This record gives sequence, structure tokens and C-alpha cells, in this order.
Amino acid sequence: MPGIIKGRVWKYGDGVNTDVIYPGKYTYKNLTPEEMASHALEDLDPEFSKNVKKGDIIVAGKNFGMGSSREQAVTSLKYAGISAIIAKSFSRIYFRNAINQGIPAIESPEAVDAIENGETIEIDFKQGEIKTSKGTFKFPPFPEKMLEILEAGGLVNYTRKKLGKD
Amino acid sequence: MGETFVQKVFSKKVGKKVVHGEIVVVEPDYVMSHDNAAPISKIFAKFGVDKVKYPDRIVIILDHTVPAPTEVEASNHKLIREFVKTQGIPNFYDINNGICHQVLPEKGYALPSKIILGSDSHTTTYGAFGAFSAGIGRTEVASIWATGELWMKVPEVHKFIIKGKLPEGVFAKDVALHIIGKIGADGATYKAVEFTGEVASEFSIASRMVLSNMAAEMGAKAGYFLPDEKTLEYVKDIAKADFEVLTSDEDAEYEKVLEFDVSSLTPQIAKPHTVDNVSPIDEVLGTKIHQGLIGTCTNGRLEDLEIAAKILKGRKVKSGVRCLVFAASMQEYIKALKNGIFEIFAESGCVIMNPGCGPCLGAHEGVLAPGEVAISTANRNFKGRMGSREAFIYLASPATVAASVIEGEITDPRKYLL
Ligand code: SF4
Repeated sequence: MPGIIKGRVWKYGDGVNTDVIYPGKYTYKNLTPEEMASHALEDLDPEFSKNVKKGDIIVAGKNFGMGSSREQAVTSLKYAGISAIIAKSFSRIYFRNAINQGIPAIESPEAVDAIENGETIEIDFKQGEIKTSKGTFKFPPFPEKMLEILEAGGLVNYTRKKLGKD
Repeated sequence: MGETFVQKVFSKKVGKKVVHGEIVVVEPDYVMSHDNAAPISKIFAKFGVDKVKYPDRIVIILDHTVPAPTEVEASNHKLIREFVKTQGIPNFYDINNGICHQVLPEKGYALPSKIILGSDSHTTTYGAFGAFSAGIGRTEVASIWATGELWMKVPEVHKFIIKGKLPEGVFAKDVALHIIGKIGADGATYKAVEFTGEVASEFSIASRMVLSNMAAEMGAKAGYFLPDEKTLEYVKDIAKADFEVLTSDEDAEYEKVLEFDVSSLTPQIAKPHTVDNVSPIDEVLGTKIHQGLIGTCTNGRLEDLEIAAKILKGRKVKSGVRCLVFAASMQEYIKALKNGIFEIFAESGCVIMNPGCGPCLGAHEGVLAPGEVAISTANRNFKGRMGSREAFIYLASPATVAASVIEGEITDPRKYLL
């Protein structure tokens, strides 16, 4: 996880669920990362997978990622190039999955209200700040365990380290 | 200040007193996965270790796409069968057992005070047995396979007191939908929900499982009932391990206490496309349907099949409507077979399927076409959940589904019961 992430925003509303992020019909199809990325958000925003660029940021309302525990709902966005997700709140499992895949998930209702679709914003993890066209918003620092996982690039690398494999 | 069940379970696990909100590292008693054990085994391979740490704490149940609908799923199943063999995992249940959330309790793993994690959001179901159980992601399961442990937050607890007297024709499913409609799909996010009150204690184990199962739809991490005689009766002959009975102290600290008086509750329906889009049934009466689904981990037990059969007995599924029946497990299937329930379903024109998840996740066995409307006893009605994203899913109790397939439109079951 770099100290600063800068990216263009894809903004969505409340209750974006795992079935619209990554439809259940693909969950047991063993798709490649690229194929997964091509289905990301297809039931909500067919334009997303066509136009998303590396480093882009998703900004959304309440309870982002509600529903299934499927990790592809995170990996499909990760392979689509998403570098961080800011929401008013996250579903519990989605939040864990995001951290465990090395994608910072940040809760900041104020920032979400301020940010406009398509604008470019900056997230400074050291300072705990989101810089937007309408001002700067603070977010609380991540607990130590989560930071370690994010810094390792996700739970796989973290576990390898712990098992002495890296 | 006393302690909640959650504090006690975690304190016992980590060997020191914990507080709500604390992040701890725990070794779960069991870790469950289903067909997704195939991708999990591929993540496991990335860790660079050959053997899982505790083979006998791993439970794997094939249920999501059984029998395999295509070569892809068949290959996944094959991979899992080989993996459990090479890893010496004893707790493996092949396609003839049923849905994970029903099979795991039946086989005696869901026990009071155990910490059970699973790569499925409805792992919360084992809370019906006084276990602390929560859904986690695939990478987390792989990591537990390798290390035996995982970081967890000790959640704050919301106490839901369900009181009054449940009217005839109204069931645990209606209570669950009612609560979700009131608090919203994120009403208990990150929290553990403790279901108590006279209605909760009167509930059968099967009914408690409905509430614990649907705690996931409240956003909760866990949804549990404190163990009582019914729990102990259920587990006494099947328990796979010793267990301790822990309960919350009278003066324990809850983040929130909510009361739900269900004395005048009517049948409830969750409308498309979110589970918290709940109405009393009279607001949706007459909505035309194409398919009914009776089953799933939410409502596929004998008590669910029995009430549906009671309504369907001597009646017919309306022409032009399909009704699919899935028992939650082979054990429940055999019970239904022996007491004549399947005969009633078959004669009424239902299609009786094998125990398993069926079309609940839209993968096979009765998915919906664009424009079709289903009424289902499952726990989720998101867009695309049962196949086409242009289909509509209503959620209801087994009684409501049975009454609705007879009339071909959403129907109040009380007219067939009272
Ligand atoms: S029946 Fe449906 S909700 Fe239950 S485990 Fe299977 S797919 Fe999930």
C-alpha cells in the first residue's frame, strides 16, 4: 500500500451488494483475473469495466459490499485497477475481504457526501486524510493488525511472512 | 459489570479477559467451507506449506452446485475430494448430505460456546446452538488452514428481545423479515445479535436457525441464542466434542437493546431487490408469480416442509407456475420421505429436488428467466441472485410460498390455515 493514492472516482449509492459487484453465476466458474475484472459491477454500471483505469477509486454510500462472502467481489475490482474504496459504511465481511486482499477500505460519510463522480481525489494514509475538490477530510488510522496486512499487500503475503516463507 | 456471552467465549478462547471492540487472535474450533474449498485450496497452495495445521478442525461440505452441473464444477469437486484425501481431512461430506448450514449442526459440530468460522456469509446459522459463528472470506479460511488462527474483533452486542405471542399462520421467517425491515440491512453491521425473549425461547431449534441464518441480512457478524434445554437435547447424542455452556450475565453491557412485540404480526414479505424492503403481506397480495421455491438453509427443514405440505395437501400448484422443493439435508429429506410429505408435494405438482442449495444462488436447478417473478423461502432477493438480473424475487415463509403457488399470486397463508 503506497503512502499516497491518487485516482479518479467512480461514485455509487447505498447498498451496493456483492451480487451486483460480482454476479453469483460466475462465482464457481474459475475465471481468470482479467475475466473477473470484465464482469465487475456489470449489473450496476456496464460502463465501469470498459472505462475503469488503474488507480481509480470507488466511492459509495452505506453498507457497501453487503451480501455474500465471495471474495471475487473484491478481487474483480482489484484486477479492474481499483486502488481504494471509500464508503459511508461497509458490510463486515466485505471490509475484511478488502483488507485481506490489500485494498484499503475507508469509512468516511463526510468525504463521500463531498466527492463528485469523476473527480480526482488523493488519499494520504500517513496523515489519515482524503483531499477532494470540496476540502480535506480526516479518517481514523487503521488498527495495527490491519496495517500490517495492508502493508504486506494482503493476507496471503502476510501469512507467508508469518510462516517464514518470504 | 457482568459479561456478555461474546466476551466470555472470546475470553475463554484467548485465555484472558477481553472487552468489546478489542482485536484478538483466535484459533477457531472449526472452519467450514463448501464448494469454495476448491479455490481456497489454490490460495492455500500459495502459502508454501504442504500440510494444513489442524486437519480435524476443517469441515468441508459439497452443497452449492450438486450434483455438478458442468465440467467446471465437476472439476472443482474432484479437486476437493483429492485435497481432503491428501491432507487427511476427516470431516468431509460429499454431495449426498445437504446444505452446509444444516449438515454441520446435524453432524454435531455446532455446539455451545464453540467459535466456528466459515467461508459463507450464513455461517451465522450455528448461533442457534449457542455457538459464536461468523462468515469470513476465502483467503482467511486458507490462512486458518495454514496457521490455525485468525485476527478477529470482539464485537459489541445488540440484544433483541422478541416478546408477546406469535399469532397462528405467522412464523420465525416472518419475525426475521419484520426485524430486518425495521432495523435495515445494515442495522447490526459488525455486531453480534443476542436473540432472547419468550418467543425466542419458545422457538424450536429449526425456527431459531431461521433467525440466526438471517442475522447475516441484518449485517451482523453473529446472531446467537443462549443455549437451553432444547439446545442440549439436540446436541446430546451427536456432539463431536466436549463443550461448555456459557451465557450472558444479567448485568452484562449491551450496546443496544431492542424489543420486538410480535403479538399482532402478520405474514411478512421482502420485496425485490433488498431483504430490508419488507411489507406486511396485504400490501403485495395478488402479485403474479412464475416460480415458488421451498427450501434453502433458511427454511428447508422438516418443520418448514410440513407446514407447506399441510397447505398443499389435496390442492394443486396452479398451472403455469413451477414449485421446487429442496430439503436442507438428506436427513430432513428422509424424514419428509418417510412421513408422506413428499407424496403430498408430488401429487400437488411440485418438483422435488435433491438436498442442496439449488437455484438459491442462481447457478443451476431452476434459475429464473428475464421478467419472471419468484417467491422463495431463501434469505436473499438481490438482483440477479436466482439467475436473470431482470427477474424479481420475493422472500417469505414456507406457508406463504405454498399458498402462493396454489393461487399463482402472492397469497396470505392464513386463509388455508385458520
Ligand atoms: S441455500 Fe442459499 S443462502 Fe444457503 S448456503 Fe446455499 S446458496 Fe447460501
